[in-house]
Amino acid sequence: MKLKYVCLLACVALGITLPTAASAQDTIKVGVLHSLSGTMAISETTLKDTILMMIDEQNKKGGLLGKKLEAVVVDPASDWPLFAEKARELLEKDKVAVVFGCWTSVSRKSVLPVFEKNNGLLFYPVQYEGEESSKNVIYTGAAPNQQAIPAVDYLMKEVGVKRWVLEGTDYVYPRTTNKILEAYLKQKGVAAADISINYTPFGHSDWQTRVAAIKRFGSAGKKTAVVSTINGDANVPFYKELGNQKISAEDIPVVAFSVGEEELSGLDTKPLVGHLAAWNYFESISSPANSAFIKQWKTFIKKADRTTNDPMEAHYIGFNLWVKAVEKAKSTSVDAVLTALPGLETPNLTGGVARMLPNHHITKPVYIGEVRADGQFDVVWKTTTTVPGDAWSDFLPVSQDTEADWVKLKCGNYNTKTKTCSGQNYK
Amino acid sequence: MTFGGRQLSWLLLAACLVPLPASAQNADDNFRAVLAELREAGFADKESIAERLIASGHMSARPVLTALLDDRLFVKADQQIVIARSAEQTLTTYELIDPVTLQPAGASPSDQLTKIGTNNRLRRFLRNTVARFALASPDADVRLDAVKELLRSLDASAAELLRQRRDQESDPRVRHEIDTALAMAALDEGDSAARLAAVGTLSSRLSAEVRNRLAALVARADDGTFAESDEAVRSAAAAAIESIDTKRSLYSGVETLFFGLSLGSVLVLVAIGLAITFGVMGVINMAHGELMMLGAYTTYVVQTLMPGHIELSVLVAVPAAFLVAGLTGVLIERTIIRFLYGRPLETLLATFGVSLVLQQLVRSIFSANNRSVVTPAWMSGTLQINDALAITFNRLYIVLFTVIVFGILLAVLKRTRLGLDIRAVSQNRAMARAMGIRSEWVDAMTFGLGAGIAGVAGVALSQLTNVGPNLGQSYIIDSFMVVVFGGVGNLWGTFIGGISLGVINKLLEPYAGAVLGKIFVLVALILFIQRRPRGLFPQTGRAAEAA
Repeated sequence: MKLKYVCLLACVALGITLPTAASAQDTIKVGVLHSLSGTMAISETTLKDTILMMIDEQNKKGGLLGKKLEAVVVDPASDWPLFAEKARELLEKDKVAVVFGCWTSVSRKSVLPVFEKNNGLLFYPVQYEGEESSKNVIYTGAAPNQQAIPAVDYLMKEVGVKRWVLEGTDYVYPRTTNKILEAYLKQKGVAAADISINYTPFGHSDWQTRVAAIKRFGSAGKKTAVVSTINGDANVPFYKELGNQKISAEDIPVVAFSVGEEELSGLDTKPLVGHLAAWNYFESISSPANSAFIKQWKTFIKKADRTTNDPMEAHYIGFNLWVKAVEKAKSTSVDAVLTALPGLETPNLTGGVARMLPNHHITKPVYIGEVRADGQFDVVWKTTTTVPGDAWSDFLPVSQDTEADWVKLKCGNYNTKTKTCSGQNYK
Repeated sequence: MTFGGRQLSWLLLAACLVPLPASAQNADDNFRAVLAELREAGFADKESIAERLIASGHMSARPVLTALLDDRLFVKADQQIVIARSAEQTLTTYELIDPVTLQPAGASPSDQLTKIGTNNRLRRFLRNTVARFALASPDADVRLDAVKELLRSLDASAAELLRQRRDQESDPRVRHEIDTALAMAALDEGDSAARLAAVGTLSSRLSAEVRNRLAALVARADDGTFAESDEAVRSAAAAAIESIDTKRSLYSGVETLFFGLSLGSVLVLVAIGLAITFGVMGVINMAHGELMMLGAYTTYVVQTLMPGHIELSVLVAVPAAFLVAGLTGVLIERTIIRFLYGRPLETLLATFGVSLVLQQLVRSIFSANNRSVVTPAWMSGTLQINDALAITFNRLYIVLFTVIVFGILLAVLKRTRLGLDIRAVSQNRAMARAMGIRSEWVDAMTFGLGAGIAGVAGVALSQLTNVGPNLGQSYIIDSFMVVVFGGVGNLWGTFIGGISLGVINKLLEPYAGAVLGKIFVLVALILFIQRRPRGLFPQTGRAAEAA
């Protein structure tokens, strides 16, 4: 009897790590490193499907360099050390040409040494805190200057916000982003007393005290806004509590950097209407490329109620950039592709162009959207041109003299004062 | 404050809301023409259209703008603008009203209507606008909200409206608010005696707007001069601020206490089922959290099954969740746990396995994404006790709910035959069997009872947090913590333990922050368990020795 349950446990454990690899002759292998189980599965499964869809489409067009593309999907199960193991497996055993993967910054940091040691190529599709530029990683998500800084600019200039609450989950992305924002706000003349920074643990569900504190902070007679880097699951109880304590978006707007269409599809949007999100893509933006993408996605996933979101667009751009680079280099070798990448351009989904920059980031437009009752966003503000991603923030003393350039300088962290490159040591 | 065209038209409106009959047809046409512009307008244009609608003085301006604010203004397929009587998401057909004549205009399927959207700025403008109309509402609560809304951005025209309203107002609460507003307006306009009287009125108020307004009086400008020239008014204002601050900090203490109570009651609720399975039966049930998750998903299923009755669904979900989780509990007990009694480590592993199976089960059935559980209207919002203290309804209900569940559970254990059997078996199994109690049946029922209570807790959690496959994991540690702290095998221990952990946590949070606060509580708990391994209320006597 007992054995049966041990077996049961083992089966469950095995079931979540089975790779769907099936090797065939003469294919180009594309690694997909996204969690399909565990806490991040909600967000990352969608990205796996996006890449599978892109590969499918490329194969219908006749593949790449006369070969078919083959996806190698592994499941790092939201477990950060397992990300490194699975990355090693992809690079050493499966010998994939490129990997699309990771969501959280901690998973990226975990695979970074593996990619650098094996000279692999990773396309990372999520908005992140910056302060990094690796030779082996292409950052197709937004750097802080492509999301956080424009959002704060919007609130300051268009909404007239004078008092700021920087509310985040306690880990590397919110802490670094808030450090950059704090430095930026102070530079813009905001007094320290008008900035309140606070962190809560992952999955925080009892927001009563924090929301009451925000309410008090916001009742000092100056227009107040909340800049939220609250992650994932903690958002729902946060917005519910805001609604319950009758803080509406008209009084204290919340601008979020991690709440998109996908996250909204799982919750009652009534209390969120009017709150803001800053992204480089919204499903509601109308452009021919976007409608085609949405249609393709809904057909591929066979569900009419599935949404598209910003990291999906990043993968769309990343995949197309990689295909262009391979075609240009006429090879899938990582070094040839990395040489071909900078300067390449591909249309994004919102009618603009994404250009690959020498610092391994891309150019992106920035949009601010207000949440609608149906879980979509109304764009209320956008940048007039695309913004080039900046790997090292100009607003932090530790990084303002650092520059990344993989074309001329061949360095991801070149210090312009001391004229040295500290290699792959990131502070 | 200057009287712009808009403000003037307000005064006109306040004076006579009825348009002249001679030009009625003409006015209707004009109104309809302006309204039609809403179809194509951007957000900024919509605001100017709204202003023109008000300026027209047409009697339909109010219902149209109210509908626009409530997301009930639509464009039909034939480009006509219509008002929906109600635009609940659960309705598939909306009843329509003509926006000019306000007569019924048939019905239309909701997917053929395009909503005229609003943004924050427009909603703010509309809310203020609608509040001015609402001053004349027959409902005192509506008038009260309207005065409060006007208070937030008081201008000369609003003050004038309120002044006219003051003498007709019959409801004392509304009069009280109007007095506050008029006193605040008097600070801008009156002579120093009037200002002093105004400060006197305001000193008994508690709202943040009043406090900020008074603080502005005593604040020094950059050149060292005071905003308020009269020394007497300044010192009165300073005294008023002090008294307001004292009262506000008192109420904020009460608020923190309530927060602690509500967190504590959530902890009690999630732990109380475990107090039975772990405390009374001694089974380390790692699947306890997943039983709560089943309860939360039951709420979701009940809501999807009865889309027209969201208000009722939560009440229906309580017994449904009890049954679903309880039966699952009995099933787990009969098929797994009964073979493992007396082997805690194996039980732990097996129930952990069950928890993974249950998680994967809901992932397969409902997908890995969170499900959206709607909060019924009666559970959202706040109970406004005064301007400084408001208690959220959902938390209040959960406190009450916990007390009720705890009371029922106590009654079941102390007053029913099943309770007697449970206590007998848990105290001395051999003796209970000798007395003719079917101990196996009692075990199954006890586990089912604990599991059912976990399901009921899940219904409450669905109103507070995400309904997803990971819901259980985030509460399992808390529930074990409460049971162990309270004293294993003691329901009252769980109750007192949960409430005190909640209150301590919330008292610490404002000073230490949520992260550090939690660490402090955990460290204190470890030290406490070291000193008193059996918790707050250890079981004594023969039963304890047998366990």
